[in-house]
Amino acid sequence: MSELVCDLRDALAPDRVRDGAVELGLYRKDASTMEGPAGVVCFPLSTAEVQSCVRIARRHGRSFVARGSGTGLAGGAVPVDEPVVIVLTKMNRVLEVDADARVAWVEPGVLNLDLTRLVAPLGLHFAPDPSSQQSCSIGGNIANNAGGPHCLKYGVTSTHVLALEVVLPNGEVTTLGGLDPEPVGLDLRGAFIGGEGTLGIATKIAVRLTPIPPVVRTLLIDFASMDEAAATVSAIIADGLVPAAIEMMDAKCTRAVEDFVHAGFPLDAAAVLIVELDGLADGVEAAAVRVCDIAIAEGARTARIAADDAERALWWKGRKSAFGAIARIKPDYYLHDTVVPRTKLVEVLRAVEEIAARYELIVLNVFHAGDGNLHPLLVFDARDEGVLERVHAAGEEIIRVSVAAGGVLSGEHGIGLEKRDFMHLLFTDDDMAHQEHLRHSFDPEGFANPAKVLPAGSRCGDLQRAPEGAWI
Amino acid sequence: MDLMALADDVGTDDAVTCVGGRTQWHVGGPVASGTREVRAPAGIDAIVPEEMTVRCGAGTTVAELDGALAERGQTVALPSWDGATVGGVLAVGRSGIRRLGYGPVRDTVLQLGVVSATGAYVKAGGPTVKNVSGYDLCRLFVGSLGTLAILGEAILRTRPLPMASRWFSGSGVDPFELRRRLHAPTSLLWDGEITWLLLEGHPSDVEAQRRISGLDEVAGPPPFPTGGRWSLRPDEIRSLRGRFVAEIGVGVVHGENPSPQAHVDSNVECLHRRLKSHFDPKGRLNPGRDPLAVR
Repeated sequence: MSELVCDLRDALAPDRVRDGAVELGLYRKDASTMEGPAGVVCFPLSTAEVQSCVRIARRHGRSFVARGSGTGLAGGAVPVDEPVVIVLTKMNRVLEVDADARVAWVEPGVLNLDLTRLVAPLGLHFAPDPSSQQSCSIGGNIANNAGGPHCLKYGVTSTHVLALEVVLPNGEVTTLGGLDPEPVGLDLRGAFIGGEGTLGIATKIAVRLTPIPPVVRTLLIDFASMDEAAATVSAIIADGLVPAAIEMMDAKCTRAVEDFVHAGFPLDAAAVLIVELDGLADGVEAAAVRVCDIAIAEGARTARIAADDAERALWWKGRKSAFGAIARIKPDYYLHDTVVPRTKLVEVLRAVEEIAARYELIVLNVFHAGDGNLHPLLVFDARDEGVLERVHAAGEEIIRVSVAAGGVLSGEHGIGLEKRDFMHLLFTDDDMAHQEHLRHSFDPEGFANPAKVLPAGSRCGDLQRAPEGAWI
Repeated sequence: MDLMALADDVGTDDAVTCVGGRTQWHVGGPVASGTREVRAPAGIDAIVPEEMTVRCGAGTTVAELDGALAERGQTVALPSWDGATVGGVLAVGRSGIRRLGYGPVRDTVLQLGVVSATGAYVKAGGPTVKNVSGYDLCRLFVGSLGTLAILGEAILRTRPLPMASRWFSGSGVDPFELRRRLHAPTSLLWDGEITWLLLEGHPSDVEAQRRISGLDEVAGPPPFPTGGRWSLRPDEIRSLRGRFVAEIGVGVVHGENPSPQAHVDSNVECLHRRLKSHFDPKGRLNPGRDPLAVR
């Protein structure tokens, strides 16, 4: 046993510091296609134990990577160069709920949906709702500034976080932000969120809780073409409506989901929109009528409102099961995550279709149309010879097309390892040098999750070798 | 917007400060004497309601922006103090009294074009409403008092103007209880006795919420004491004494006396010093100003 492992076992407990082949194998990966070697895997129970992990890692000259549920799709939690892997899933207590102030203090391992379920009897919910909300942790949501369908109206994770207790990369513990509205100084809370674990480890999080809206109306609208569906999205926003969510699914995706969930989606539609409106009764009813009118004017075949909560829940189950359902088409998928201006949806969706066809791949589209947040899903069978190369080449073209249309690299999955070397498509060297200033200020020596977010060569001392499976 | 002129103006060597409308010029301490003044460009480049975005120079006044957006049925959640500029409001980072409904000003910013201490143009963030591509430098620049970079232009998130927008007021109402009973009011103010309420949305929803509140229609919010701006936790407001107007559900309190200097943890202070030395190693941007000295 190495001295590193001995020191960690002394600080935590022997059974919460694992270096067996099975555990090291399990923690090579997150939900992306990349993997890398873990040095040792720790399961701390407290801020003090996280602090010990960080300090011991540093003392032994090892980097560290924090992880939650491992649902990340950009390789942000993939170990590089045998780091100390700090797994936060056992820090999963909701510490305090203040219904009057609409604030909850949680540990990072609390699952997103568990918090919403816990506070629902108080008439509250945690607004960020990524499709993985049953299994993703709030600490992971912080790391990736997670979104979800309803951030169209409610905003991404950063909007819903008031304060963070963090273990900084130097092992010190501090609090960023605060429960008061204007904490003195720079918004370090805001700078930390979305830092993908490169600025430190959040160990306690004060989240804002949002009242459950009194009235919710969910519409299912179907179209004979993707173009009409995309045009409807722009027309709804241009009309001055801000739905809680606008989601789009194409024909292939709709059929896969329908076979799986039986949500009542029309099997002959080229595209389906799920539009959700919430708020007070009269505003919601008026907006629902207006959305139907706009959709029909743009060419929709039918638009109907969910009859009751059960039907609404079924439609959402269909939407959120999409990634499970596509396994019926091919065993593997590669999910992309770019954002384009809503007005460019038609153009970029056509380009994505063309790219997939050229690489002889099947592409499914299920995405947050209201935000312009595309999720082209390339499905394949990894056993087919040469298919991964085609998937990666097509993915790169999709990213380039999205950025060329005035979009960005990632809407909610983050950069991680996956898109690290595409950062130059969006940012100049000066832009990235200033992002690096932020990172260096938090982590001058590069111990926290090195090799992620910023491209190779942007800092000295980082290991530049890409892990296995990476196509960066 | 061409920021090359601003970049030339900022240069690379001497101490500079960026002047907006001087409406919050005192915040964060006086600028060192002899500091050269520069101004960010003004003007609105594009209002795109179907994207819910606006792109403008940081020197644009919020009043001009509000007027131009209103013509397109949009609004932006920046406080429109008389003469205030977009860049000034973002550099100081303080929200207006609609924060309860619209969120803090930092959440309106999608992309910033800034000039760095080395005179380089630097882009932070991106033009889309959703974006996690790299570090969130916009959050760092909002409220930085121009000490990390000079703000040149902004892409902001707009929202549609509400169909109805009405102020109500009355006494003998518990504003904390009122907040629990109303859905998403835009502003809720309290001076220890009288409550003011801004409701926005569909006209009949506004009327229904007004009936719940039991308040009467008034022209607008009250005048505020201007002696100090306090940042309190929601549970600290109930016990306030003296002359004040508190933003219920937010925690900003407008009082007669300056707020006490906040305690700053030494680790947080250390992060501030390191950020300053990375972004502005020569200390030439707004010398004298300190985000930690804001009261």
